[in-house]
Amino acid sequence: MSATAQSESLRQWLESDAPQSRRQAVYGNVWRGFLAFVKNPAALAGLIIIGFLIFVAAAAPLLSFGHSPYEQDLTHRLAAPNVTHWFGTDELGRDIFSRVVYGARVTLTIVFLVSVVVAPIGLAVGTLAGFLGGAVDVVLMRITDIFLAFPRLVLALAFAAALGPGIENAVIAISLTAWPPYARIARAETATIAKSDFISAVTLQGASTARILLKHIVPLCLSSVIVRLTLDMAGIILTAAGLGFLGLGAQPPTAEWGAMVSAGREVILDQWWVATVPGIAIFIVSLGFNLLGDGLRDVFDPKSSS
Amino acid sequence: MSALLEVEKLNVTFPGRGGETRAVRDVSFTLGRERLGIVGESGSGKSTTGRAILGLLSGSARVSAQKLSLAGQDLRDLPEPEWRKLRGKRITMVMQDPKYSLNPVKNVGWQVEEPLRLHLRTSRADARKRALAMLEAVQIRDPELVYQLYPHQLSGGMGQRVMIAMMLIAEPDLLIADEPTSALDVTVQNEVLRILDKLVQDRGMGLIFISHNLTIVSSFCDRVLVMYGGKVVEECGASELSKATHPYTRALIASVPLLTEPRAQLATVTRDPAWLT
Amino acid sequence: MAVAVPTPPDGSKLEEGQATQFSTLSPGQRAAGTFKRFGLFLATLVITFVGLTAITFFIGRFIPVDPVLAVVGDHANHDVYEKTRLAMGLDRSIPVQYLLYLKKVLSGDLGESVMTSKPVLSDLLAFFPATFELATLATIIGVLVGVPVGVWAGASKGRWPDHLVRVIGLFGYSTPVFWMGLVALFIFYGKLGWVGGTGRLDVGYDDIVSPVTGVLLIDSAMQGQWEIFRNALSHLILPGLILAYFSLAYIARMTRSFMIEQLSQEYVTAALVKGRSFWGAVWHHAFPNIMVPLITVIGLSYASLLEGAVLTETVFAWPGLGRYITQSLFNADMNAVLGGTLVVGAVFIGINAFSDFLYKVVDPRLRNS
Repeated sequence: MSATAQSESLRQWLESDAPQSRRQAVYGNVWRGFLAFVKNPAALAGLIIIGFLIFVAAAAPLLSFGHSPYEQDLTHRLAAPNVTHWFGTDELGRDIFSRVVYGARVTLTIVFLVSVVVAPIGLAVGTLAGFLGGAVDVVLMRITDIFLAFPRLVLALAFAAALGPGIENAVIAISLTAWPPYARIARAETATIAKSDFISAVTLQGASTARILLKHIVPLCLSSVIVRLTLDMAGIILTAAGLGFLGLGAQPPTAEWGAMVSAGREVILDQWWVATVPGIAIFIVSLGFNLLGDGLRDVFDPKSSS
Repeated sequence: MSALLEVEKLNVTFPGRGGETRAVRDVSFTLGRERLGIVGESGSGKSTTGRAILGLLSGSARVSAQKLSLAGQDLRDLPEPEWRKLRGKRITMVMQDPKYSLNPVKNVGWQVEEPLRLHLRTSRADARKRALAMLEAVQIRDPELVYQLYPHQLSGGMGQRVMIAMMLIAEPDLLIADEPTSALDVTVQNEVLRILDKLVQDRGMGLIFISHNLTIVSSFCDRVLVMYGGKVVEECGASELSKATHPYTRALIASVPLLTEPRAQLATVTRDPAWLT
Repeated sequence: MAVAVPTPPDGSKLEEGQATQFSTLSPGQRAAGTFKRFGLFLATLVITFVGLTAITFFIGRFIPVDPVLAVVGDHANHDVYEKTRLAMGLDRSIPVQYLLYLKKVLSGDLGESVMTSKPVLSDLLAFFPATFELATLATIIGVLVGVPVGVWAGASKGRWPDHLVRVIGLFGYSTPVFWMGLVALFIFYGKLGWVGGTGRLDVGYDDIVSPVTGVLLIDSAMQGQWEIFRNALSHLILPGLILAYFSLAYIARMTRSFMIEQLSQEYVTAALVKGRSFWGAVWHHAFPNIMVPLITVIGLSYASLLEGAVLTETVFAWPGLGRYITQSLFNADMNAVLGGTLVVGAVFIGINAFSDFLYKVVDPRLRNS
């Protein structure tokens, strides 16, 4: 078969109204979701931005074209953007462009780590509360509500202050205040799903609570959690940048965008690019996640008006 | 009987992703001071016709007609300010579900008086008197009490009566009732219909009664229009429905279950694509 | 929600219109309902605040720094160390320590600031008015601009005002507030000289106006010090506008969303049927329906501005609570940091809970249930 004929039949297989296997149904859904998603130009822009972020982080050594983000050159400090240093140099003579590029790695690390911490905690608390109900539900949800009522940045500040600077501590600090919404979402979904017949069926077959939760309930909550995570990600990045700005989070000489803005603060009036450029990077990445999150929400939950 | 409303070749088209949808196609009828029922299923275009007569279709809809006039006044391409003079004062509409068609945060009295405030110069005391009188006319036993209630405190039948009061208070010539009893309990439906009947009769109004319920329409109205796929497929007197000619109408009539004639299987309508042309 | 028609046992139907079926509550019953709700509000507030103190206690207890050393210094001898340790109650069990801590907090003792050597609480009270001034101005602008813009956008769905508000909202959710402050400072102060620089007043203007309310604008106006007033305004306007932007981005977006929802409701069509113009329906019918959720939104916005103020104050050297907390952070002054967190957190929680309570009280649909 020629290439076009192959892609044609693949497309037919994906879009078939009567899928023959579970795999076909799942892939078909993913394909349909993808099509709906890319129809939305804003969502597509978001996807491209995030894709670009991942690419930059992965290819950082290549993209910095030989400049090191750590190499100091005090004779050329605070240089304006020029041919060698596209974004100029900072107060220690380091190349800002490569520092911005490497900063993408830090941002991505934070995004990944926070997701990996927050989603399981939220899912665990929420599904347990929703499934077991009763006293467990009340207690867990009260705790969740209490955490939900706390101011995010201030509390993350306090945590990070106590735990000391460093990227892991910043992640912990942020995660401690970011998990409640996911518990809420998971609980709401679980409470609805738990009443379904198929859960009763599986219980009658002898499945343990853990098995029911992990194999049956969590997968169904995942899409809402992912959408919410993407939407929250911008806020998390901004909070992390705020912590970096205050000297918490990734420590020098690691290139972290928030810290770079802070370093450029002293010289903002004369060498404005030192603080401005990293901030633009933060803005673009947050924007990307917001657009992506909006797009995902429209695909998964079109009822919500944006 | 002088014609109150004249409609000739009314067409309503909506743009859509797969092309245009012709929701109303060449619909023509005249209405005097009588009761006309428009029966059809969802998508038949009956509600769209009603809204077209009020000029209340969304901006994307294209409305055209050879004739569309209310007591001689041409309604086609009427500018908005002119429409506003007609709506509430000369043409009004009673909508389906008072749970949604009444404003939740305004009390009954405020909502019933609103057409007066918009169209007539009445003093507050006078408006209140007229509102109370109207509430009594729709058989609300304690108008003073109901006047200050909020819609969520009313039952379905009461809410619909408030709706009727609200829409008739400025004494319009033409009332369009869009599924006025569909959201009500069966027992309450007759009550509301009786009230509507009396008011329409007493005031000599024209009434267009839109519904999917052939039984109610045939017992309540003088004439019946049956719509399918945007077109009028049948027009006859309510009492002559049994002599209807169009197969869709006959199928509709046949599908109404009768307690007196138990059947092993309920009849359904077999649709002929030819009806859509 | 609708009241069903009751059927007496003999199967006859009660005529509609009889007064027995209405759920109208007497004024006394209504007051009792509000009272109950207020009680619930207070209870939730207290529990959440206690939870917050547990967190700050936990943080304070588990910092890597030895709290005794922080007080006695590195060179104290063993006896002093032990005495101080006992005095600080560190030999007791954790729950007892927490209760001691809670007791201190409730009596206003938040410890002493290492930085200023004054009680943390008095520091916080001294710095509070500056933050209040900033957050209040920003919220006022946010509401005055955000609400009409949001209504306009919601009513113009699909057309350019709608898209504009969505973009404004998007930018508001994506911009780091500290960066925006810096860049604005650079442009409007550094390059254009339109506004004053960092701090509340130019150097040299301090201590002329005696602090009555602590809000410089009010105090200077009251004392007729118009030059100070103008100077204070020129310093307030930039951080105020920056925070206001975030406030109005959020408020406009929520208002737009509420508006779109209401305008799709049937009662709006009914209003048009009665002869209302579109904008008449927007302002007289749809808008009253969103006023109540808007209150909650405004409350939430104000509360979140308190948070945003932390970074903004740092950038603008604005002597408020936020800057106090971050300065304490730099000085490893844990008492001050935790005390500040507690106070800001308490205000934050309080505003949110109050908005929630207000919502339930004001909505007529919930008034009688």
